[in-house]
Amino acid sequence: MKNSKSLRRNIVPLSVALFLLVFCLIWIYPFVWMISASMKTSLELFQKGLNLIPDRFSFDSYRGAWGKGGFSKYFVNSVITTACAIIVVIVRCSTCGYILSMYDFKGKKLYLTILLATFFIPNGTTIIPISAMSTKLGLMGTMPGVILALSGGGQVTSILLFKNYFDQTPRSLFEAAIIDGASFPKIFFSIMLPMAGPIISTVVILTFMNAWNNLLIPLVFTVGSPKLKTLPVGMMAFSGAYATDWAGMAAAGTMTLIPVVVTFISLQKYFVSGIAGAVKG
Amino acid sequence: MNLNKTIKKQNTFWIVAFLLPNTILYAMYTVYPAIATAWYSLLDWTAFQRSGFFYGLNNYIELIHDDLFHASMKATFKFMLIAVPLRFLMSLFLALLLTWRRCIGKTFFRTLLFLPVVTTGAIIGTIMKMIFDPKFGPINIVLNNMGLLPAGFGLLSNFSTSLGTSATIWSWKWMGMSLIYWIASLQSIPTELYEAATVDGASPLQAFRMITAPLLKPFAGVILILTVGDSLRVFDLMLTLTNGGPYFATEAIELFIYHTAFADRVPRLGYASAAATVFASIFVVITLVQNFLKNIQRGYRNI
Repeated sequence: MKNSKSLRRNIVPLSVALFLLVFCLIWIYPFVWMISASMKTSLELFQKGLNLIPDRFSFDSYRGAWGKGGFSKYFVNSVITTACAIIVVIVRCSTCGYILSMYDFKGKKLYLTILLATFFIPNGTTIIPISAMSTKLGLMGTMPGVILALSGGGQVTSILLFKNYFDQTPRSLFEAAIIDGASFPKIFFSIMLPMAGPIISTVVILTFMNAWNNLLIPLVFTVGSPKLKTLPVGMMAFSGAYATDWAGMAAAGTMTLIPVVVTFISLQKYFVSGIAGAVKG
Repeated sequence: MNLNKTIKKQNTFWIVAFLLPNTILYAMYTVYPAIATAWYSLLDWTAFQRSGFFYGLNNYIELIHDDLFHASMKATFKFMLIAVPLRFLMSLFLALLLTWRRCIGKTFFRTLLFLPVVTTGAIIGTIMKMIFDPKFGPINIVLNNMGLLPAGFGLLSNFSTSLGTSATIWSWKWMGMSLIYWIASLQSIPTELYEAATVDGASPLQAFRMITAPLLKPFAGVILILTVGDSLRVFDLMLTLTNGGPYFATEAIELFIYHTAFADRVPRLGYASAAATVFASIFVVITLVQNFLKNIQRGYRNI
C-alpha cells in the first residue's frame, strides 16, 4: 500500500530522469564514437561503422598521431602558449580590476566606457591589424607573438570579474592595512589578491578554455612556422594531410580533449560561476 | 599632513604601475586594431605589398557588388535564424527540467550537456565531418537503414542541407552555455513565490506562465543577444567542418574575412578590412541593444 503510493509520487521524477538519461546519452554520442573509433583499425571503422566496441582494441592510432602526426610537438606548444597566456591574463586583469575597484583617478569613467564599448569586437575584425603589427614587431611566427595575441585583446569579462570581487570585499580590511602602514604592493599581494582565490580560478579556467581551443590566432601566426602549431591547428593540418586516416584523427581528437575535460570536471564550480556572471548584469 | 601627501604620491606611482600592463595590451590588441581596420578598409592593399595605397570608399563599393560577399552575409544570417532559436529554446526547456525541485541527478546531467562547450571547435568540426560522412558515417548508416535518407546523400556536402546541418551541430556544441545562463537566471527567482503559488493551488504550467515567464523576460533578452552575437561569430567549427562549402553555402562572414585576408591566392588585406568593418558595425548595434536590455533588467530589479 505504502509502496504503491510512493511509487506513484515518484513516477514523474523518475520518468524525467529517464528522459534526461536517454537524451544525454544521445548528446554525448559523438564523444563515445570518437573514443571508439580511435581504438579501431581503419578497416573495421569503414566496415562496421555502428559498432561502438572494437573487435580488437588497438592503440596504434595514438602512437601514429603522437609520433608521425606531430601531436607530441603540438601538445607541448599548446601547453606552453596556454600556460603563458593564463599568467599574462591574471597579471593584467587582477591589477587593473584592483585599481578600478579601490581607487579613483582622472579618466576612470572613460577607461571603463572604452572597455565596455569594445566588449563585443569580433576576432575577425582585429586579426588583420594584429598580424600586420606583429609582422612589423618581429612577433609573427614566434611563441611570444602567439601568447601576446591570445592574451592581449579583450579580457573585459575577466577585468570586471576582478573589479566586482574587490568591490565586495570589506573596506575595513583595506583601511586597517593602511593604518598599520602596509605598503601598496603589500596590501595587494599579501591581503587582497589571496582573498580573490575563487575569481582567480574562474579567470584561469575561462582563459584556459579560450587559449587551448583558439584556432584563428595560432593559425594565422604559424603559417610560416609549422613547428609552432598548437593542437587545434595541428588537428586541421592532420585532417588535411591524412584525410582517410579516421582512426588517427579520432585518436588525435581524444588526446586533445582529455586535458580540457579533466580540467573542466575538476573545476566545474568555478567554470559555471564564471559563465553565469555574464547574464547577471 | 605631509605624511598623507607622500602616501598619495606613492599611490599615484602604484596606480599607474598597476594600470600599465592592461592599458598597453588593450591599446595594442583591441583599441589600435579596431581603429586600424577602419583605416585599412580605405586602402588598396594585397599581402604582397608592404603597405597599401589610399583607395577611398572603393572597397565598400566593391563589397556592395560582390556576389560572394552577398552569399556570405546571407549564409551568416540564415545560420543565425536556424541556430539561435534551436539553442535558445532547447536550453530553456532543459534548464526548466534541471532546476525543477524534484529533478534527480542535476549535476551529472548538466556536466554531460556541458561537455561539448569545453571541447575544441576544430576537433568537433573534424569529428563531425566523419560522423556525417555520406558513406561511412554513423548518422547516414542509421538514416539509410530507416529509409529516411537516400544512400550516399551528404547532409554537409549538399548545398540545400549543409547550412541547416552545420547550424544544428553548432547549436549542439554551444547549447550548454545557454543552459548555464538559464539556470543562473531561474535560480535568481525567489522560491517563496513558487511556494505561495502552490499553496494557492496553481498547477506547474500556471506557475510557469504567471511567475517564471514574466520574471525571466529581462534575462531572456540578454541571453538572446548573447546567443545572436555568438552565432554571428561562428568560425572554428565552420572552417573545419565545411570550410565554407559547398559553393559558399556556409561561408559565414568570419570565414569570408579569413579567406580574403589570409587564404586566397592573392590575399587582399584592404578589402577584407572593409568586410571586417561592416561586420564590426553589426556588433555596435548589438552592443547598443544589449545595453538597452541591461538597463531594463536593472529597472526590474529596483522594483
